[in-house]
Amino acid sequence: MFASDIAILLPEIVLSVFAMLGLIAAVYTSKDGMAPVLVWLTAALLALMGLYIGLTGEGSQVAFDGMFISDGFSRFAKVVILLSAAAILLIGKDFMIRDDLLRFEYPMLIVLASVGMMVMVSAGDLMTLYMGLELQSLSLYVVAAMRRDSVRSTEAGLKYFVLGALSSGILLYGASLTYGFAGTTNFAGIVAAAEGGASLGLIFGLAFMVAGLAFKVSAAPFHMWTPDVYEGSPTPVTAFFATAPKMAAMGLLARLAHDAFGSVVGDWQQIIALLAVLSMFLGAIAAIGQTDIKRLMAYSSISHMGFALMGLSAGTEQGVSAMLIYMAIYVTMNVGTFAFILSMQKDGRHVTNISRLNGFASKEPTKALAILVLMFSLAGVPPMVGFFGKYAVLLAAVDAGLNLVAILGVVASVIGAFYYLRIVYFMYFGEEREGIDGKMGPIAYAGLMAAAAIMLLGVFNLFGVDGLAEAAAATLVR
Amino acid sequence: MEQSLLSIVTFLPLVAAVIMAVALRGNDAAAQLGAKRVAFVATAATFVISLFILTKFDPANTGFQMVEEREWMLGLTYKVGVDGISVLFVLLTTFLMPLVIAACWGVEHRVKEYMIALLVLESLMIGVFVALDLVLFYLFFEAGLIPMFLIIGIWGGKNRIYAAFKFFLYTFLGSVLMLVAMIAMYVDAGTTDIPTLLTHQFSSDTVSIMGWHIVGGMQTILWIAFFASFAVKMPMWPVHTWLPDAHVQAPTAGSVVLAAILLKMGGYGFLRFSLPMFPVASDLMADFVMWLSVIAIIYTSLVAMVQEDMKKLIAYSSVAHMGYVTMGIFAANQQGIDGAIFQMISHGFVSGALFLCVGVIYDRMHTREIDAYGGLVNRMPAYALVFMLFTMANVGLPGTSGFVGEFLTLMGVFQVNTWIAVFAATGVILSAAYALWLYRRVVFGDLIKESLKSITDMTPRERLIFAPLIVMTLLLGVYPSLALDVIGPAVENLVHNYDVAVGQTLSDTAVAASH
Repeated sequence: MFASDIAILLPEIVLSVFAMLGLIAAVYTSKDGMAPVLVWLTAALLALMGLYIGLTGEGSQVAFDGMFISDGFSRFAKVVILLSAAAILLIGKDFMIRDDLLRFEYPMLIVLASVGMMVMVSAGDLMTLYMGLELQSLSLYVVAAMRRDSVRSTEAGLKYFVLGALSSGILLYGASLTYGFAGTTNFAGIVAAAEGGASLGLIFGLAFMVAGLAFKVSAAPFHMWTPDVYEGSPTPVTAFFATAPKMAAMGLLARLAHDAFGSVVGDWQQIIALLAVLSMFLGAIAAIGQTDIKRLMAYSSISHMGFALMGLSAGTEQGVSAMLIYMAIYVTMNVGTFAFILSMQKDGRHVTNISRLNGFASKEPTKALAILVLMFSLAGVPPMVGFFGKYAVLLAAVDAGLNLVAILGVVASVIGAFYYLRIVYFMYFGEEREGIDGKMGPIAYAGLMAAAAIMLLGVFNLFGVDGLAEAAAATLVR
Repeated sequence: MEQSLLSIVTFLPLVAAVIMAVALRGNDAAAQLGAKRVAFVATAATFVISLFILTKFDPANTGFQMVEEREWMLGLTYKVGVDGISVLFVLLTTFLMPLVIAACWGVEHRVKEYMIALLVLESLMIGVFVALDLVLFYLFFEAGLIPMFLIIGIWGGKNRIYAAFKFFLYTFLGSVLMLVAMIAMYVDAGTTDIPTLLTHQFSSDTVSIMGWHIVGGMQTILWIAFFASFAVKMPMWPVHTWLPDAHVQAPTAGSVVLAAILLKMGGYGFLRFSLPMFPVASDLMADFVMWLSVIAIIYTSLVAMVQEDMKKLIAYSSVAHMGYVTMGIFAANQQGIDGAIFQMISHGFVSGALFLCVGVIYDRMHTREIDAYGGLVNRMPAYALVFMLFTMANVGLPGTSGFVGEFLTLMGVFQVNTWIAVFAATGVILSAAYALWLYRRVVFGDLIKESLKSITDMTPRERLIFAPLIVMTLLLGVYPSLALDVIGPAVENLVHNYDVAVGQTLSDTAVAASH
């Protein structure tokens, strides 16, 4: 029994052991001198684990009496998390070295955060849920404050910590209420307790837990920390925040909603639909006035989370599948976009003001074209793949009868299109003034180009992601 | 090869664009010329191949022909085909694009990108007319915004940025509502296949939403969502305001594409979706649309009269002419719809040619102010002749293609609502007023402006560009059956189905009322 449990948890265990060994090895040898090698090793291991999980996992398995679930859904989410974490580590390496930020703890913290995320999406129990969440969050608080000599970075870390701790508290309060009224922390037990209508206490527990998780996915109105943390953190960390943790929190939310409260879909559907609409509009409207590209991407991510939540709010298998497709596309777009943002500098200094993109297209036509593709994809304009993500969630929402949410969603997407167009406007229509150097490391360049190519070529068959997402969703929603 | 004729025509320009993007390097004069040549050859080849569509097309068959179907993703299919309604639009597009490319031979600013944008745009425009899957249609319909946004924004006039954003956001808002409607149709009918949807009956039972009773039910709601998109694209009064801005700021080639082809997507959409899929709603809304059209015809003609910018004048005249189209479509009889399609084709040639006429003198004087010209006939006799021909075609002089379209739409509307026909007919007078007045101010009078004294007449290249347009305008003017024979059977089928659907519902209501 124990041996089979361990086998199910193998990838998590391997990564944890690696993180600990890495820390020990670095401390006893050359410390930060080892960091570049560690980054490569970590990225390789993360990607390897991602492939291992994606290729070998079969069926639904449960470990430790239902505490930990490994099914198609968790595997889909884990592959997205691990691959994006590996990509972000690599594209951010040059930046970290240039800024003298690359300490050996950085890749190790990313690994630990990734392990936390893997536990989150596999949680089958409130205990596991909280453990995964905290492992992820604590690692992220530290990396947000990586740049110790910068006031903004420290502020970002502190702000993230205080608000994150608050949200954890809210979530914990909800979990304790749920435990109190369901008599168990196990998802299967909660679902049985809520059968035929949840008690008021359970509803309260549900609402608090959803609010706590809404903090983590930065859904409005719990988004306040996002722009400041995105802006203050070192850019590679921002890139990480915008990708893997979002997938993990979204996966956890779906897990909680369907596995623990799958019998009372109507009760959480309205909460999530409301969060979705608020996020889509807030993200779209607040981003219009932004001039800092990192803040802009923060609002953009809020808006995108709104769309993913719209898929989830359908409360159906199709909805979960749409959410997974959306998140996979979103993460890819963000990896590409941040690969570029990381390289934005002028005379060795980082710039984040979008007006610096003026005339970029005439200087670097290929890169500008790639960003153009990514921006239109983020805006959801066909034939870019971003459109199909929006299509999938809208389809799920309309199918579930959430017509109003769908209509509000497309209106928000038009408002949102404005600021993505503004970036295109600066690059293509702007006068050539003092711009940016436009030099990019080979890895970042490859990341940008690959992401743009995926956004274009995905129009043929989405690389089969839709089929995988459907299969994954089928294991979650029964 | 035979079976994928439509796909070849659709994607050939795109393939050429990709090749150009990858293979062509440098930005010197030789590279620029190379880009123009590649683009011209690609569009010309597309036109030649598209002629095979016409030879293979059987007008007597009212269904979809040359259909190709492949699996796609998310439960969608890649399905293309043409029928009598769409085939001429494909031909119109492929016919005009080589001329458009030839007309921008003088461009020197980022030539390669310009050619790529135009080629991509051509692929997307053809795609709109051949798509037989809702989402595929939407994909092409919407994707066309990207190259057009860039064409206006990069190569446009002084106020191009405002115009580009206005163009994009206006049309984007219209089409996303259509997307939701399309999804609702998918959920209702279980398919995105257009031929199947054409036979699907959407519910027209009155529904009540938040206390509002909506007559025509789901059909009306869907109809409104599609209308939001097509009316903006068309554009119909009062949502036409993006058009004059976009036209004035766009470069000549952009204006030609916009006026000659992109505007037709709205009309095509009405014919492909609104009328056959939501007949009951169309019937309910027909009067509303026709009155809007009449307002558009009269109002925009009056606005056109006071314009000082040539392009703006022609843009407003386009809105007025599109008024005849929507009016004819919603008259929903053979003459009306025949006329509407004919008017769209004819307007493609005529308005395209008019924008090219403006382009000819703009290239020389770099101004579109009407007051900056006068007496051009003294120095440019050939230009004066060409400009006159297209002015007359714009007015709708018998013998030109403009006459046939206007006459047929007016005849169609007359059978439905005499008052609307009467008001719309005054538009003909107004159009004569603004068009002839424009012509007089630009071409006639004494050549007193110092700057005009050295202006040169059209070059051989310019004459060659106009030649095919002149031929088509006159040919369709004296022998309209050329087009009408192709359109006729499909329209007859459309009108028949429409009448049946509307009649059925009316008799149902009558039965219900008698109980």
